[in-house]
Amino acid sequence: MSRAVEEINRRMLRARDAMDRTYAEPLDVPSLARIACVSESHFIRTFRATFGETPHRYLQRRRVERSMFLLRETDRSLTDICLDVGFTSLGTFSRTFREIVGEPPSSYRRRGRAMTAPTCFVMAWTRPSSSAVSEKPEPAART
Amino acid sequence: MLNAITISHVWVLDQDQALDFYVGKLGLEVVEDQDLGFMRWLTVGVPGDAGRRILLEKPGPPSMDEASAAQIRELTSKGATGFTVGFTTDDCRKTYETLVARGVEFTQEPTTQSYGTDVGLRDPFGNHIRIVQPAAQPASASAR
Repeated sequence: MSRAVEEINRRMLRARDAMDRTYAEPLDVPSLARIACVSESHFIRTFRATFGETPHRYLQRRRVERSMFLLRETDRSLTDICLDVGFTSLGTFSRTFREIVGEPPSSYRRRGRAMTAPTCFVMAWTRPSSSAVSEKPEPAART
Repeated sequence: MLNAITISHVWVLDQDQALDFYVGKLGLEVVEDQDLGFMRWLTVGVPGDAGRRILLEKPGPPSMDEASAAQIRELTSKGATGFTVGFTTDDCRKTYETLVARGVEFTQEPTTQSYGTDVGLRDPFGNHIRIVQPAAQPASASAR
């Protein structure tokens, strides 16, 4: 009985790993559901039950975390960073960043400090997870 | 006080499948494979690194009740058991390409940082593994 849970967990993890690896691409729920080998509605529901947040929120915060990394570690422009991490408009990026981080990208950049650590750990531990904004209702994982 | 780390541990959900991965794909070798009657004592290590081995342990009764074992299996399969084991290599990119060709699932492609070039991957059960090619000259910042 528990085998089914393990199998579905592993599939959800595979989809989450895909978001961590290819956050810069225009990921959407249908493509993530295909990776997990489940239907779209089943995917959103099960992902949330497994990891405690929707795929949309997970991916949005992964993109924000990666933009925080680039703001700290590089001199790339805000527009470049916005596109680098998978947002398609600077307006959406700046608004989302501010909602989640609590300050605009430019001021975060001024006080940000470089950290040397393996990427997987930075990604796992510094992705904003406390909820600054209530979650939007379920739509596509795309920004 | 202590001399060395000789053995560490990974939860695996199936020991034969674990061998297919850790030996067949990662290229480790079996150090011990003994039927102790109450458990299969199965360890693997890097060829040539005799001092260190990994116990591939299967959770289950009688060492723990079935419900506890199910919890461990569920946490492992959703990647919630954290970091498992780290290896070094002389050529991270080549190792990465070899393992991709063998169907290994990566969480991070080769990334170069001050301490070296590394990749992240998962075993078939969801455990998180890393492989690093240390930088030729150690950087001042140390990665923990």
